[in-house]
Amino acid sequence: MADYKGVMVYGESTDGKLAAITTELLGCGRKLADDLGQELYAVILGSDINGLAQEAIAFGADKVFTVDDPLLKDYQSDSYTPVMEKVVKEVMPEIILLGQTSLGRDLAPRLAFRLDTAVSMDCIDLSIDPESKLMLQTRSVYGGNAQATFTSESSPQIATVRAKTMSSMERDDSRKGEIITIEAGLDPSAIRTKVLEKVIEEVEGIKIEDAEVVVAGGRGIGSEEGFKQLGELAKILNGAVGASRPPCDNGWISDSSQVGLTGKIVSPNVYIAVAVSGASQHMSGCSGSKNIIAINRDPDANIFKASHYGVVGDWKKILPAFTSKVKELLDK
Amino acid sequence: MNMVVCVKQVIDPEAPPASFKINQSDNTVVPPSGIPPVLSPFDENAIEAALQIKDAQGGKITAVSLGINLLRDVVKKPLSMGADDLILLEDEAFVNGDSLSTAYALAMAIKKIGEYDIIFCGRQAADWDAGQVGSGIAEILGLPCVTLAKKIDITNGKARIERVTADGYEVIEVSLPALITVSNEFGEPRYPTIKGIMAAKRKQPIVWKAADIESESSKLGATGRRTKLLKLFQPVREGECEIIEGESPEEAAVNLALKLREAKVI
Ligand SMILES: Cc1cc2nc3c(=O)[nH]c(=O)nc-3n(C[C@H](O)[C@H](O)[C@H](O)COP(=O)(O)OP(=O)(O)OC[C@H]3O[C@@H](n4cnc5c(N)ncnc54)[C@H](O)[C@@H]3O)c2cc1C
Ligand SMILES: Nc1ncnc2c1ncn2[C@@H]1O[C@H](COP(=O)(O)O)[C@@H](O)[C@H]1O
Repeated sequence: MADYKGVMVYGESTDGKLAAITTELLGCGRKLADDLGQELYAVILGSDINGLAQEAIAFGADKVFTVDDPLLKDYQSDSYTPVMEKVVKEVMPEIILLGQTSLGRDLAPRLAFRLDTAVSMDCIDLSIDPESKLMLQTRSVYGGNAQATFTSESSPQIATVRAKTMSSMERDDSRKGEIITIEAGLDPSAIRTKVLEKVIEEVEGIKIEDAEVVVAGGRGIGSEEGFKQLGELAKILNGAVGASRPPCDNGWISDSSQVGLTGKIVSPNVYIAVAVSGASQHMSGCSGSKNIIAINRDPDANIFKASHYGVVGDWKKILPAFTSKVKELLDK
Repeated sequence: MNMVVCVKQVIDPEAPPASFKINQSDNTVVPPSGIPPVLSPFDENAIEAALQIKDAQGGKITAVSLGINLLRDVVKKPLSMGADDLILLEDEAFVNGDSLSTAYALAMAIKKIGEYDIIFCGRQAADWDAGQVGSGIAEILGLPCVTLAKKIDITNGKARIERVTADGYEVIEVSLPALITVSNEFGEPRYPTIKGIMAAKRKQPIVWKAADIESESSKLGATGRRTKLLKLFQPVREGECEIIEGESPEEAAVNLALKLREAKVI
């Protein structure tokens, strides 16, 4: 392990800026690096990635490695894995952190296996063990019913991190850092996949990850029509509509509205769960909400164990009255 | 088209949360009594994906499962849904591994099966929720891998895959052979037919021990682990829920709105 040094954060961007998950990783990585007395690196891969490196420094990185190559325009494991392998072998970081995102889910395991090391996916807590100096990796397992803390016995130690579980540092544009470019050195013939198309399913209104209020419906909503009613309440509260998995599977609402372990992670100020039973896999996506409010006709539903306020009864009777009262109160 | 599907037997992930218990002395989960294990749900989606390809253009499907004390009723489900063969890697030497050692054993077994165009896995096993074994098998066998598939079309020796992303999906073309991991967005797996169940009853799974596959014993099971589990615990849920009442559902709703306003929640 002696040859490995430094904490490396894998940087992702959205709309030409660092993604929220990346600034969160930099915040977490900064603490780990300080605890180890080592440097914090960021690595950014892509095509036309100008400006991102400077932003990573403002959010805490000491050194940023960039690999800018037209072949890296779209993420593909066949192109990104060898480039990351090359970067890691040059820089030799002791720890690598990625986001639990579409990209991180795919790249992290492939990279770990390529480097013949281990990875912990979807961590919710990371710290340095004061004695062994190893990274303690806590992740949620069994659908959120349990948590497990692991260490990796091989280097580098790799983890992906769940969105919204770490805090970013305040942006500081006066921070100084070093930017180092690395050549991709890719052999195009080794890329066996091709990205033909990217389809974004536009959702009206506020993005669920950014909303301060989320009104979520479950299987008990029963129809697309029911979700329209949830939409009215969300609109009044300036929020977004979410769902548990069954409504997405049934096509009552878009798949990208799913909250949970395999959907979106949200931590709004207010999460209103209507006809949601509160399965652990669903709660994994919303338990960070400040106020959880449940409407469910089953008084023993698990959702009440995780909620702050609740009403027991049929949502079809409760929701319209609740919506109009909220409207009245907010109009005042 | 020759296809291999990796399926794992897990504790029913949709069992009531209250039935979930941990044995703290050895960091293991106590199987809930009276609730039988199931195939990990995404693995059923993976079987469905393979069956649809078989329906459309013919082929052979081999299901592979690694574990110990595998319940035949559970692991035979791929057969009753329409898969052709079932191979069980059932040996103490294989179990208590991590993703790396599990992927290694599965990859070596698939190598022994020999002919394959597509290997399917679920997006993640519903017990440890890792989502790594598919990528691991692909890496060990040197195959391309496309994760989180929700739609798969095969034409001219290539697969065109819709891969789920946070805000939609992307369409990826990959040459075969390849490994594909399947997500629930693929759609409901079919129910076994009576005929399928009868056929599965008669069919004996092929059981392979460590000695039956070419492998380095240092890379298998608990010996091959690179991760150490320090602690398994149940998070404590703090706080209590305040139930808002009323003479009628409508009144309870109004009281809830008033309460939330008073508490400055809204
Ligand atoms: C590996 C894995 C990953 C998963 N990932 C996710 C995930 O990311 N997100 C997710 O949500 N799920 C996920 N699931 C599924 C999860 O386990 C549950 O099955 C799902 O969350 C249940 O959704 P639900 O609460 O809407 O439905 P149900 O559990 O069926 O609950 C419906 C509720 O509605 C109530 N109800 C019905 N009618 C009314 C009425 N008229 N008025 C008031 N209340 C009513 C009922 O009392 C009940 O509590 C996952 C499962 C697995 C195995
Ligand atoms: N013990 C096992 N036997 C067969 N397949 C497995 C096993 N463990 C994992 N897999 C496959 O790998 C996928 C991902 O598992 P995991 O990486 O453990 O989340 C599962 O959905 C299965 O398809």
